[in-house]
Amino acid sequence: MQPMTEPAAPPPPLLDVRDLRKHYPVRGGLFATQQATVKAVDGVSLRVRPGETLGLVGESGCGKSTLGRTIPRLEDPTAGEVYFAGRNLAEARGRELFALRRQIQIIFQDPYASLNPRMTVGEIVREPLAVHRRGRRADQQRRVAELLELVGLSADVSDRYPHEFSGGQRQRVGIARALTLEPKLIIADEPVSALDVSVQSQVLNLLVELQERLGLTYLFISHDLSVVEYLSDTIAVMYLGKIMEIGPARAVFEAPAHPYTRALIEAIPEPDPRRRVRHAPVRGETPSPINPPSGCVFHTRCPYAVEACRGVVPPLEAVDPARRGQADADDLHRAACIRKDEI
Amino acid sequence: MFQGHSLKTAAGRHVSMTRFGAPMPRRDPPLPLLEVQDLEVTFATDAGPLRAVDGVSFAVDRNRTLGLVGESGCGKSVSALAVLRLIPNPPGRITAGRVLWKERDLLRLPARQLPAIRGAEIAMIFQDPMTSLNPVFTIEQQLGEVLRIRFGQGRRQARARAREMLATVGIADPDRRLQNYPHELSGGMKQRIMIAMALLAEPDLLIADEPTTALDVTIQAQILALIRELQQRTGMAMVLITHDLGVVAGVCDEVAVMYAGRIVEHAPSAAIFENSQHPYTRGLLASIPRKGRRKESRLATIEGVVPSLLEPPPGCRFAERCPRRRELPEADQRRCRQVDPELLPVAGTPNAAACHYPCSGERR
Repeated sequence: MQPMTEPAAPPPPLLDVRDLRKHYPVRGGLFATQQATVKAVDGVSLRVRPGETLGLVGESGCGKSTLGRTIPRLEDPTAGEVYFAGRNLAEARGRELFALRRQIQIIFQDPYASLNPRMTVGEIVREPLAVHRRGRRADQQRRVAELLELVGLSADVSDRYPHEFSGGQRQRVGIARALTLEPKLIIADEPVSALDVSVQSQVLNLLVELQERLGLTYLFISHDLSVVEYLSDTIAVMYLGKIMEIGPARAVFEAPAHPYTRALIEAIPEPDPRRRVRHAPVRGETPSPINPPSGCVFHTRCPYAVEACRGVVPPLEAVDPARRGQADADDLHRAACIRKDEI
Repeated sequence: MFQGHSLKTAAGRHVSMTRFGAPMPRRDPPLPLLEVQDLEVTFATDAGPLRAVDGVSFAVDRNRTLGLVGESGCGKSVSALAVLRLIPNPPGRITAGRVLWKERDLLRLPARQLPAIRGAEIAMIFQDPMTSLNPVFTIEQQLGEVLRIRFGQGRRQARARAREMLATVGIADPDRRLQNYPHELSGGMKQRIMIAMALLAEPDLLIADEPTTALDVTIQAQILALIRELQQRTGMAMVLITHDLGVVAGVCDEVAVMYAGRIVEHAPSAAIFENSQHPYTRGLLASIPRKGRRKESRLATIEGVVPSLLEPPPGCRFAERCPRRRELPEADQRRCRQVDPELLPVAGTPNAAACHYPCSGERR
């Protein structure tokens, strides 16, 4: 037996994504031959410890949603591994995949589109139990009532249809459905983006509360940095399929090392007229993912770019030079920029 | 200069004849560029008439930007559409009010005179650029049309001007873009083209309805900087409609906060963000996760839902959800529920609030 005084080793990550790639062929021409490849996710590695939140931010087309769909195998990866509770999801098949997926649930952005309008709220929340043949009908209905109350709705709404609810209430239904099978990992893809601010804060509070009560692990995908900062323990910033910067939320926000992260943070319009953004922090738009820039994919818009940035793909390495060797530590603040030590 | 919120009566005005023949009151100081008075817009629904905008008044002058903010359904977009008489009828109808534009009431102007104002003196841009761009014409054809109608310019002249404007709004390779159709352009580019189209007409007033909501933050920052720069250069007035209080803080000189069809607070921008008087404004501001906020402290929320506008409550429309009301003595709470509060100045502040018990200070 281990002596009690021994410092506890950090728990192994619940989710461990290694060099994940998802490439899509672009077809065209007379015989629909492959013309090009879109590297929607291009070599992403990240880890999420149990009970924590990893916030994945980036602008449209950066590949964050594709990553969110490839992790639970809604899309088959082109290459790479996804270890969930120690098992490789990327290779799992049949029953094993079915069982693993039960522990990973997704909450979508649009509570209007992701709930079947012909099903009652009770049926929507009960459906996963029926699919996975959990318990008898009476038990299932008891569970549905429990879940609806857990997300702040009352059990007697279960006979009503989605259109009778407001956006915030529908998102609560979506959350209840995601919790039905007692998942360990929730992938939330822009869950509050369609909601008004006062409702958004209610749903964010609910997500934090559920995490504390149920020990949930979140992969929280959003374009909204303030929301991500609020919720996350770790933050990963994506741009054109790659992670530009990853690290503890506080470190990334207070001392962003990558010029793209800095630009994103500066561009947030703050509700404070004394802190107006005077100038746009970066010029131009995200280049096409079909033909991404050479070297560092951000160099075409980067205010700090030098000649070398066109040629070298910068490695994602520790921001603190003293820790460059420990590539595997979970709390490491890393950035993919050759000039991160000078700027 | 901040425009007053209490609208003066006709007392003290003298009447003169305008160019359009209608007798119009005139007063000193002169009317602002746009003055909306007691606007009311009603929609016919299966459940009866719904008053989406209920007695809204605001004004905006040259070089000034007014923000109209609020959550979905508060009436901010409908108010803006009503200014240009763009409310779809049926089901909607402007049921009361005046829209004074350069001393003429747009609501009473003969319909044939509207095109000379819409898109010319007053331009409007929307959240979704495809509502304003025609998919079957090239960018050059669409920009050229504005210049032909507004200034009678010929093709060559219009083309040069359009190219110049595309460069101004930050579009690289304008010659190529002029030949493109809308579907060939990215969202950010279409939004820039829409802004270019609105500005080509050199409007006196730009009404922008959520112009950056669909864009990425880095592009949003570019567009907002562009709008500010163009405003400085041309002195146009602007009404910016948005749900994003960050955008408001970045652009607006003054802000009108709407709730359930009414303006509940109106103040200079700094006073809204630093010393808001209406509990709804405070609630909204507290709900936003700001830089540095962490999940260890919960966000403020506004419990409950917006009342139905089919049967609005007799008193304050926010009373049911108001955290401030709950702290008041019983008699005062009754007043909140039964007596409709007017939008009045709050003593000691530059704010006007529609609240019987504003957050700090007394009602004047």
